Amino acid sequence: MNRQRTAWLFLAPALLVLGVFFILPVIAALGLSLTDYDLYALADIRNLRFVGLHNYWALLHRPLFWSALGNTFYFVAVGVPLSIATSLVAALLLNSPLARIRPFFRTVLFAPVVTTVVAVAVIWRYLFNTKYGLVNYGLAEIGIHPIDWLGDPRWAMPTIIAFAVWKNFGYNMIIILAGLQAIPLDLYEAARIDGASLPRQFWHITLPMLKPTMALVAILTVAGYFQLFAEPYVMTEGGPLQSTVSVLYLMYEDGFKWWNLGTASAVAFMLFAIIFAVTTLLLRLARHDEHPAGERT
Amino acid sequence: MKRPRPPACTPSRPYRWWLVLLLAGTCGGLSACRQQAPDTRTLTFWAMGNEGEAVAQLIPGFEHAHPDIHVTLQQLPWKEAHQKLLTAYAGDTTPDIAQLGNTWIAELAALHALQPLQPYVARSSVVRPDDYFAGIWATNRIDGVLYGVPWYVDTRLLFYRRDLLKAAGFDVPPRSWTEWSRQMAALKTRDTPGRYPILLPTNEFEQLLSLALQQDAPLLRDGGRYGNFESPGFKRALAFYVGIFRQQEAPLLANTEVPNPWAEVGRGVYAFYLSGPWNIGEFRRRLPAAQQGDWSTAPLPGPDGPGAGIASGSSLVLFRRSRHQAQAWQLIEYLSQPTVQRKFYELVGDMPPRRSSWQDGTLRSDPQVQAFREQLERVRPTPAVPEWERIVTAMQLVAARAAHGELTVDQAAAEIDRQADAILAKRRWMLDHHRGPQP
Amino acid sequence: MNPRLAKVLVNGSLCGLAAAALLPLLWMLSVSFMAPGEASSLPPPLLPVHATLDNYRELFAHAGMGRYLLNSLLIASAITALALASNLLAGYAFAKLRFTGRERLFQALIGALVIPAQVAMLPLFLLLKTFGLVNSYAGVIMPCMATIFGIYLVRQYARSVPDELLEAARIDGAGELRIFGQIVLPLLKPIMATLAIFTFLAAWNDFMWPLIVLTGQEHYTLPLALASLARDHVQDSELMMAGSVVTVLPVLLLFLALQRYYLQGLLLGSVKG
Repeated sequence: MNRQRTAWLFLAPALLVLGVFFILPVIAALGLSLTDYDLYALADIRNLRFVGLHNYWALLHRPLFWSALGNTFYFVAVGVPLSIATSLVAALLLNSPLARIRPFFRTVLFAPVVTTVVAVAVIWRYLFNTKYGLVNYGLAEIGIHPIDWLGDPRWAMPTIIAFAVWKNFGYNMIIILAGLQAIPLDLYEAARIDGASLPRQFWHITLPMLKPTMALVAILTVAGYFQLFAEPYVMTEGGPLQSTVSVLYLMYEDGFKWWNLGTASAVAFMLFAIIFAVTTLLLRLARHDEHPAGERT
Repeated sequence: MKRPRPPACTPSRPYRWWLVLLLAGTCGGLSACRQQAPDTRTLTFWAMGNEGEAVAQLIPGFEHAHPDIHVTLQQLPWKEAHQKLLTAYAGDTTPDIAQLGNTWIAELAALHALQPLQPYVARSSVVRPDDYFAGIWATNRIDGVLYGVPWYVDTRLLFYRRDLLKAAGFDVPPRSWTEWSRQMAALKTRDTPGRYPILLPTNEFEQLLSLALQQDAPLLRDGGRYGNFESPGFKRALAFYVGIFRQQEAPLLANTEVPNPWAEVGRGVYAFYLSGPWNIGEFRRRLPAAQQGDWSTAPLPGPDGPGAGIASGSSLVLFRRSRHQAQAWQLIEYLSQPTVQRKFYELVGDMPPRRSSWQDGTLRSDPQVQAFREQLERVRPTPAVPEWERIVTAMQLVAARAAHGELTVDQAAAEIDRQADAILAKRRWMLDHHRGPQP
Repeated sequence: MNPRLAKVLVNGSLCGLAAAALLPLLWMLSVSFMAPGEASSLPPPLLPVHATLDNYRELFAHAGMGRYLLNSLLIASAITALALASNLLAGYAFAKLRFTGRERLFQALIGALVIPAQVAMLPLFLLLKTFGLVNSYAGVIMPCMATIFGIYLVRQYARSVPDELLEAARIDGAGELRIFGQIVLPLLKPIMATLAIFTFLAAWNDFMWPLIVLTGQEHYTLPLALASLARDHVQDSELMMAGSVVTVLPVLLLFLALQRYYLQGLLLGSVKG
């Protein structure tokens, strides 16, 4: 019994913090999303109304919510594959026996991950400046007309995606690299003896063996990319024409700019539901793929 | 009035607002060391943008006259000011005294965040209501209660390149929309691509709002219960505004993409620039002496002859939570003195709201200021509902979509109304249940 | 394929990737030494004509950067110390102490990982408001004093501590707290380093929550100050770059120094346990 008490004492600080500052607010957010809590209610709680699911209903009829959702899906659907592909290429290169000074390359390629989003977003904003940015200058050298990267609704999101890929590929690169290094070398040995070419080895050994790692990486990245916020906040302020307003940006504006906490909580829960649904789906797919093939590492 | 203006600092005038912070910082440090008398009060004062920079130079005078009061100044970027004020209110961290765009007064008054000022004014020998421009004073009264003292007035009008207009065959700036359109069309044909007759940053609502206020129809109807943006008047203003972009007489650029509009006007990239009084100082500072004769200001053209403009500007307010209201009122009185207001004008170019301040110095003689004086006679306030900031933000976002060609004028007007009605839903409920949003 | 060609190809691609990763950072460093206005000329210069420290001087003398740097250090250090303590205790308890409902509680915590932190932010603000903690250091620090990820990381690592060691100490009559302090903690040192650098970097780089809860400039962290500058001072690129350097350099150096621990934690945290 004494041991039970000790265990709970050890757990107490962390559980208290998580309970008070995370679990409780999450439950409260669910409650808030069923009310029309706004500035008027903040001034006088008697102005608070219980509105049931009205906030969710209104969201579904709000074009901006749908376009924010569309922008977020665009970011995830293009950004995640690009990120993972870049990570995979970088990891394969690093894992190649031909590569020199590997620790150096690993460190350099990982460096963008530890940088502060706000600071590097500021850098990118200048690099992609229409007039004085190095990117347009370089493009002009090869005869491409200047592109209004962050001011043109068609280009703003691609620019943000490019930024996210640059910032994040190092993280997955490390995980994939570890996955590659865990593949037993004798598998390749056997393949070589059988006369399999490099692409065939990649296709029939590397990729299947890497599948669990890739699934994990995909799920983590998707969940992370759905939470797009700081990049548009610093680089475009949601513009041009709200083409970079993400779901989280919408929640921030609704909640902390206009103080419609009810609506904003509904947005937050919608985002939660979407992330939950998408990651669960990915998990299912990954498990489904894993079992019939019978490859357990 | 919120003024999402292009950033105001360049190498030639480096980073003055940081000086303000430094001043605030060192003052704070010094006063802590100085072992002040126990009755010394520290006032927190929030000011925005250029005003924040300028007022830092006026505060030492106040502290000299009131050795028992120390002022800590915090400078907010204009783009964040509204949000910061609401957050401060929500988080119980409001300052003692603040500069407040006069269209925000209704909002903060509805939240019971502001202290009614009538008792202070009644006792004051400095702040005399009859000396203020009536239209501006009125924007500070919400349902008969006074919440702010006007600090400066502000409206939007035309800055223009006199020489370019002349070269296009026009000796005087436009007085009506028809003349204006004709001049822009003539300027459009004049020369190279990449040059435009006018600059109207698509993320600033003041331009369209100025045109809309020139119409007879009010912007909200039924006592601020519903939007009135589908009125023929607003649609006319919107059509005129959108037409300028459709005819490529203005570029589809946000002000963040035009960091230095003054130099671009100087280079002739734009012949007209619809903006506010602080630009007088910017043009004087940034254009070479040889070009100073080339630009001027003109009152805003209206649908048929000289038109109205927005009655904006900032007021000084006291917060209800402040524990130093008496001292804060002394700061308001100090900043309201005509001599201090003239000094403020010279520092930042913001125009004083009281007539006696205009009776001396450069304000009386400066030709480029006279257009503003004339325009100030024709300013109109915006609807005094707490939701106005949100509505006008929504209006501009939709209008920008129309300018980009995503919506027709009719669709845009209907969309603005739809959004305004949604924003006003809570207000309607409160009015119907006799919970007036105003205290 | 010709092995020499392959070698050139692999290393060439690596160099290309490395250049893409580094160039923006090097450009930032270069521009931060340029005179005001120099970067906004055509063609865009790559190196300063006359390198100057003026931007840094300006930042620290007039922009209050020193204050923001101290704020960032204070907040990130406090979070690191507090989160380290609570996560170590809890992670160890989940790994080595037996109590009813241990597995179920742990599963519940892991399940809660899918809830985005942002869901909690709105009520959290109201909660802190009732405590009067809006616009205070405590308001930023307190919600970060424990993390599920940290608990998970410690638990994974602490499971390798041999039970016999603990039992032997118990038989010798040592209290649980003493066992933790004298036997377990020394064994957990590597994971402590890992967790510390992870927490510190996350706290340093955090943006959204400080943005919400810190209303006054006097409490701003570096990312907030930088974002605020970036909104009102678009054209002062040289100064903004100097600000970016000040923000990024400390974490970059920290990472370089403790790289091994960081990468280890990254792998430990992402491999299914």
